[in-house]
Amino acid sequence: MASTTTFRTFRAGWSRVPLIGWLFGALLAVTLERLVGGPLALAVGLPKIPALFGLDIMLKKPLLIPNAVLYVLLVYGLPMGIATRAGIAPANRLAARLFRLPIVVTTVVYIGFLYAIFHVWAEVNDYRALVLKLTLIAIMFTLSLNVINGYMGEFSCSHPGFMALGAYCASVFSLGLFVDTRFFGTALLPPALGPFLFPVALVLGGLLAAAGALIVAVPSFRTRGDYLAIISLAFLFIVKSLIENLEYVRGPRGLSGQPDWANLPTVFLWTVACIWSINNFVRSTIGKALNAVRDNELAASAMTVNTRRTKIVAFLFSAFWAGIAGGLFAHVLRYVNPSTFGIQNLAEVLAMVYFGGLNSVYGSIVGAVSISLLGEALRPLEIFKWIIIPLLLILVMIFRPTGLIAFKDLDVTSLLRPKQNPGGEV
Amino acid sequence: MTILRVHNMSHDFGGLRAVQDYDLEIEIGQIRGLIGPNGAGKTTIFNLLTGIYTPTKGEILLDGKRINGLPVHQIASMGISRTFQNLLLWRHMTVLEHVKMAHYSRIRYGLIGAFLGTTKRHKEEAEIEEKARKLLEMMGIRHLSDQVVLNLPYGAQRRVEMARALATKPKLLLLDEPTAGMNPEELVQIMEIIRRAHHEFGLAILLIEHRLKVVMELCERIQTLNFGEVIAEGTPEEIQNDPKVIDAYLGKESVI
Repeated sequence: MASTTTFRTFRAGWSRVPLIGWLFGALLAVTLERLVGGPLALAVGLPKIPALFGLDIMLKKPLLIPNAVLYVLLVYGLPMGIATRAGIAPANRLAARLFRLPIVVTTVVYIGFLYAIFHVWAEVNDYRALVLKLTLIAIMFTLSLNVINGYMGEFSCSHPGFMALGAYCASVFSLGLFVDTRFFGTALLPPALGPFLFPVALVLGGLLAAAGALIVAVPSFRTRGDYLAIISLAFLFIVKSLIENLEYVRGPRGLSGQPDWANLPTVFLWTVACIWSINNFVRSTIGKALNAVRDNELAASAMTVNTRRTKIVAFLFSAFWAGIAGGLFAHVLRYVNPSTFGIQNLAEVLAMVYFGGLNSVYGSIVGAVSISLLGEALRPLEIFKWIIIPLLLILVMIFRPTGLIAFKDLDVTSLLRPKQNPGGEV
Repeated sequence: MTILRVHNMSHDFGGLRAVQDYDLEIEIGQIRGLIGPNGAGKTTIFNLLTGIYTPTKGEILLDGKRINGLPVHQIASMGISRTFQNLLLWRHMTVLEHVKMAHYSRIRYGLIGAFLGTTKRHKEEAEIEEKARKLLEMMGIRHLSDQVVLNLPYGAQRRVEMARALATKPKLLLLDEPTAGMNPEELVQIMEIIRRAHHEFGLAILLIEHRLKVVMELCERIQTLNFGEVIAEGTPEEIQNDPKVIDAYLGKESVI
């Protein structure tokens, strides 16, 4: 009798771990790795700590696959598994206590935890930090594209163009004002001021991208579907060839030497702001108007929805975040050139949107993270990487035409709720 | 008091005159019918009144204000709402979202509220939701609030459309064949709903309908349309016995 009860609690236990429990478990695991990861890696026969959950080692040296799996189990699987299960009761008590605070405070606490995990995890080596930053930027970029392609149901090919505008605008701002360069001359302002004005640079980039989006938004009043897709593709080419031929920003040679302001906390905070504001927007009635315009424009306007305003807001808003993502991207890599923002980039972000799922914030996060990580993991395969990822995409399109997690709202409140019946609470 | 006055309205599709010198006056709280054979121009008149087409000639006055040429959403927020013959619902949205969406023009929190999720926005959204649920209650579909419309049976979809149209707070409601494709049981229910909406909101209603039983029972006055022209106007009894109406529907006796 007692054993069946234990078994039941064991099984049920996994489903009753609240979000805070998982965060604690993950934090424990990454801290453990930070402390004993090196010796442990040597002990299981790996040359060093595997950078991306062993994914990177598996393809390079297939013989080490068992060792890598063992390492991941020992460092992540076991501690997280034990800690989350053992900590259900206190975690739920904590979740309940946090849940009673104002929702803003609660959310900030959770986000703080998430950041701590990222921070400790990325400290192990620089490669991790870079991949993490690029993944966060990919999330912003994917989400901004999802506003148009998913929520509004138009097919925008112009987003790499918006990203390019943001990247170049922010780069010109920071290089021109704070760095001595051959092409922009000496710095106009003391470099110490730079990090504080970095948000200004990014926002300017976002605004320039939004202004550029008008070129696509205005035709969208009259054209839809394929025709608008062609217009947006034309926009992408205009932006790219404009930058390539503009000697002021050094044409195809690109801009380099951007100051190192895009550190992990900055990128993380901007990503949080992006997810937060886009999620707010698409869940409001004003944002749901995008769905109404997508599903039936005539019915939307007959129900008092101002369809032109809706379209223009959607395009400008989404381009703004694509521009911010671009500015961060330029400062993470500390180099931009126009060929970065071509068809390849478009294909990648479209893959992220459609793989993850249309009309869904979760979907964009899942899509961006999985395609980014997959891209890094498959790097040793070189050219075959671009055969495997498209193949996966084809499979997803066949079995789930709208993507993995489509048409699902991200409801923060229900995410933070403790997972225990009220009887067991303090 | 007259709420809608249409004066001498005509509309051409290229060389084809779809509506010819159409006149209409609707008083507050009146239910009027518009009947006629297929292709007579009934739906075209609805599209003209709601601004989907702009009349070639003539004038439409809502509460004494000229509305022809205004954009569709503006006319809708001024107080003309409608349902569609072939149910134009938003297929990925839930029933509740449909009704909430119809409050669009009365949202005050603006873009800042939408982006930043201010308290004002949450308060306003909660109010809208409350109103929407009340309306769904009245329509008898409250239990379907969180269903996606695509999965609903036809009769329920009709009700969603009606609830959505009422949520814009219209002064005049245009119903385009509200009973199309319904079985006799649903027919009785929808007529009851039309009566209740009319009674509770004090609406003026203009109704296109093919089932004469519905028109005769609901409407105070009926216009009959043929080839874009009004051929008869009067009370249900007058219309029923008008030889021109019988001709338009059944053809002349001599033909048989």
